[in-house]
This record gives sequence, C-alpha cells and structure tokens, in this order.
Amino acid sequence: MQTKSLSTIARLGSAATLAVILALGGNSNANAQLRVEISGVGANQIPIAVAAFADESIAPQQVSAIIKADLLRSGFFKIIDVGTAMSETTAVNYGDWKSRGADALVVGSVQRLADGRFDVRYRLFDTVKSAQLSALAQAATPQMTRVSAHKIADDIYEKLIGARGAFATRIAYVTKAGREYRLEVADADGEGTQVALRSNEPIISPAWSPDGTKVAYVSFEAKKPVVYVQDLVTRQRTVVANFKGSNSAPSWSPDGKQLAVALSKDGLTQVYVVNPDGSNLRRLTNTNGIDTEPQFSADGQSIYFTSDRSGGPQIYKMAATGGDAQRVTFNGSYNISPRVAPDGKTLAYISRRDGRFQLFAMDLSNSQELRLSDTAKDESPSFSPNGKYIMYATDTGKRGALAVVSVDGRVRHTLSTQAGDIREPTWGPFMK
Amino acid sequence: MRNLMCSTAVLSTVLLLSACSSTKLDESKTPIEDRSANQANASTDPRSVATVTAPGTDPLNDPKGVLARRSVYFDYDSYIVKEDFKPVIDAHSRYLGTNKSRKVIIQGNTDDRGGREYNLALGQKRAEAVRKSMSLLGVPESQMEAVSLGKEKPKATGSDEAAYAENRRADIVY
Repeated sequence: MQTKSLSTIARLGSAATLAVILALGGNSNANAQLRVEISGVGANQIPIAVAAFADESIAPQQVSAIIKADLLRSGFFKIIDVGTAMSETTAVNYGDWKSRGADALVVGSVQRLADGRFDVRYRLFDTVKSAQLSALAQAATPQMTRVSAHKIADDIYEKLIGARGAFATRIAYVTKAGREYRLEVADADGEGTQVALRSNEPIISPAWSPDGTKVAYVSFEAKKPVVYVQDLVTRQRTVVANFKGSNSAPSWSPDGKQLAVALSKDGLTQVYVVNPDGSNLRRLTNTNGIDTEPQFSADGQSIYFTSDRSGGPQIYKMAATGGDAQRVTFNGSYNISPRVAPDGKTLAYISRRDGRFQLFAMDLSNSQELRLSDTAKDESPSFSPNGKYIMYATDTGKRGALAVVSVDGRVRHTLSTQAGDIREPTWGPFMK
Repeated sequence: MRNLMCSTAVLSTVLLLSACSSTKLDESKTPIEDRSANQANASTDPRSVATVTAPGTDPLNDPKGVLARRSVYFDYDSYIVKEDFKPVIDAHSRYLGTNKSRKVIIQGNTDDRGGREYNLALGQKRAEAVRKSMSLLGVPESQMEAVSLGKEKPKATGSDEAAYAENRRADIVY
C-alpha cells in the first residue's frame, strides 16, 4: 500500500502564503469572527475578473467581496480585480478582458425591492468563448445577502469547475474559552457565527441532520456524556440517549430517521442505532472490545466504525443492520475517526504515525492512502457535501484551529478564533 | 462535744437536703446511647464516662480517613486496578454496604493523547474496572454508575509524563 507524502505536493502548489482576514462586518458578532489563512492552492487556477456589483453598498454585505473571497478560498481561481463596478447590463468587450488575462468575467448589481428585500443579479462570461455562461437573480432579506453572494459563487464554481459549489453551506464546531464551551454555527467561510449552545461543561461530536435544521451532539452538563438533538430554529432539545454509563458518537442515517450511537450501557462501549426521539434502541455490534464512532455511508447501506477487536483501534465496515464487519485500515497500529465521502469512494480518517495524529484519505477502490497533513494533533475530519474538501481540527501550536484541505492535498486554509480553542468541526449539508 | 454537735448538724442538713432533692431519674425511660468501645467498667463504675457521638458525623467526610481517597490511578494502556488501590476499593465498597441509600458515579479519565471518542471509551474501561471490583465485593448495581469523561476534563494540564499519569484515573464521586 503506497503512502504519498505531502511535501512534494506542497512544493508544486503556489509558494506564496496568503493571509486573508475577512472583515466583512455586517451582522456577525465581531468577537466570534474567524480568521481565514490560505496556505495552499490548486495545481491549476482559472484567472477570473470579478467586478464590483453596481450599487452593492446599499446592502449590509458587499456581495462582490464575498464572491471573490469564496473563489479565492476554493484554490481553483486567481482573482483579477476590476477597478469599477459593472452591472449585468454593461456591455462587455471580450477582447479587452482576454488581454487583461481573464478567462472569465463576473458582473452584477444589487437593487432594493419594494418589500425591503435585496435583489442580487449577476452574469458570468467566458472571454475565451466570447459567450455568456450563466445568469442568476436572487431576492433575499438583508440578513441573507451573504447567502445570495455564496449562491452566486456556487454557480460560478459549478459552471467553470464542473462540480457543485459548497460556499452556501454552513459549519458547526465547538469553542472553548476559559470555562465556557459553545456550540457555534457559521457559514463555511467562518462568517456569520451564531451560538447554538452555551455550557460550563464540555460539548463534543456535533453532527448535522441531513436537512441541516438540527444538530446532534454529546453534552457533559449532567456530569456524564449524554446525546442530545437540538433543533436550531426552535431551540428545542431532545435527549436521544441517556442510558446508564456513557452515551456518545451520534451519526445520522441519510434519511434522518435514525442515529447510530456508541453506548456503554451493557458494560463495554458498543454501536447501537436509535430513533431521534430516543425510542426503538437496537444493538448492532457485539464484541469484547471497544466499538465506537459509527458513521453511516451516504447511501445508508453501511456503517463504518472504529473497533479495537484486533488489539488496537482500526476502522471496520458493516451493513447498517449489523452483522459481520470487514476491516478497512491495515497501516499503522492506530486508525480512528472514519468519515466517508458523499460519493462513497474516499475514506478520511486520523492515523497515529510515529506518535503524531494525522489526517489521511484512502481511495476505497484500491486502499491507497494519502497523508494530508504535516501537523501532529489532528482530529475530527468532516467532508464538504460536494466531497471536494475535508475540514478537520488541528493544533497551530498556539491554540486549536480548524483546517480545510482539498482531497488531493493541494488546497489548504485554516480558520481560527482570536482567543480560545476551536475544535470538533462538522460540515453541514446542501440546503435550498 | 461541740464538734459532734456540728457534725450532727451538718449530717442532718445533708440528710434533709437529700430528702428534699428532686425526683430520681427513672433510667428505663431515658435511654442513653453508649457508643464507647470499652464498656467493661462503664455500668459498674459511677465515675466512668461513656462517649456519645451525635448523628451527622459521617466517616465519608473525615479528611484523614481512607474514604477521603476517591481516585484510582492506572498505568499507561492499562485497565486493571493495581494492588495499591485495593484498600480504596474495599473501603468504599464497605461504606456503600452499610449505607444503602448512598450512590456513587465512577468517572473514568484518560490523558490527552488521541481522539476524543476513542478516549471516551478508554476512560469508560477504567471506570468499569473500578465498578467491577466493587461489584465483586457485593455493591449492588443500583448504587453505582460507571461513566467516562475521556480526555475532556483533565486534572493536570501539560504534555509531560507527570500530567499524563495524573489523568489516567477513575474518580469515585458521591
């Protein structure tokens, strides 16, 4: 089994380290703002000119700035700044843009509607083909202007890269500052942070429901680990599992009707499934070791999990109804935290090599693995819903931070807070 | 003669006084709890003093007693209760035996190396080892619960062996 190292790939990518501090303001809590630092880009970058949108200053967020930051962070675009604002009705001289080095051009405008919403319109042009590639109009409330901008960036990404964009998605993660723990939700770019839960006891293992409206998590507020599901909109909390002993590691089935969990109620930690309201508990594993960290595959047919039945922790796969398990990881003596890509073809996990806990990705068709980080305390990987990126928790040396890396290891950036640690990231699903 | 008359006067006074003394205590109606260990001469010697311990002094709260020790420490990668800690297990098991209304939650911990969920399960093994030892000494299920805090609530911060050793621990919590 071949293991490729990261250093070669990093050298092939862009040498420059770009620090981008997004100070897009608006309604987000300034204290909770996440700082983005880009340190790696893709092998090929499309040069794209993004004009300021006509009248965009009337909206609470600067739409073109959000689009530029999204495209830049994706690692697949080189942004060419345009001096002036250009609306979607401005005439375009393709030759002009081609000679400026742009393969594509983005223009647009923002208008206030009678009902108080903002209508954001945009067009995407291919200067090489001398043709319009796409056009969109989005009407949204002032607070949702950010989402309109992200959706436009998604559209640009989709038209030029060929895969669905994930800029309009959200992430959830846990912060610890002093004695306070918080479960927070933010846009995938770290903006617009909102607090879902505040506690003086630890919170771990948050997991988004497939429809993006609820988060399951483990809270220690009862002085023992208990699994809750919280509806983000209504704030309603349900106890999913508070059996005798420890209750943890929630993972939603793709249809949202079940949660796989790890329970120690029968002595050793084993994998069970239960309904989100806590009813209909069924046991799936039955070994003399530890079975934990269950993860449903995207098609709902399998569950990947961590088990130390062979001595040390390794990753296994079984049918979602339980039964025989097949071992998946064989390199190294410590492999944990399995996460399967949405297309089922790649497995992300954390492996301990020479005492360092590092993010790996495995091609499930041939078991070939690729080490994706150079750090030593990686945890909790999570795929973007388009399967292109993995977000994980890492330690910068100063504090806990979140890192994002593309599945091939080239594109990378980090998200950190000014004070305190950030950990346990989970990338939310596509939403309307 | 005079001395004799004085003594008689004194004596008669004493006798009069004793005759006017208040009702004698009926010992059968006022029981005195005698918790003194040595009662050999208590009942016979009118100068003996037998100790009463007022209710409310729980051996659990004695800072010098063996019950003050609430933690069991584990070696690296080990989930067996060492000999050193058998006295702690014994003491708490006996206490729970005589105090049936008391319950304990046994919280297992790990050092900070490794994943959170896997460490939660390892901490559970430590708590379970302590619970099992107490169960073998007769403590019923209803008086104990073994849970894990994994690496989430370390007692010692730091990345040296001393800090790691301090966190490989199960605590008996009342």
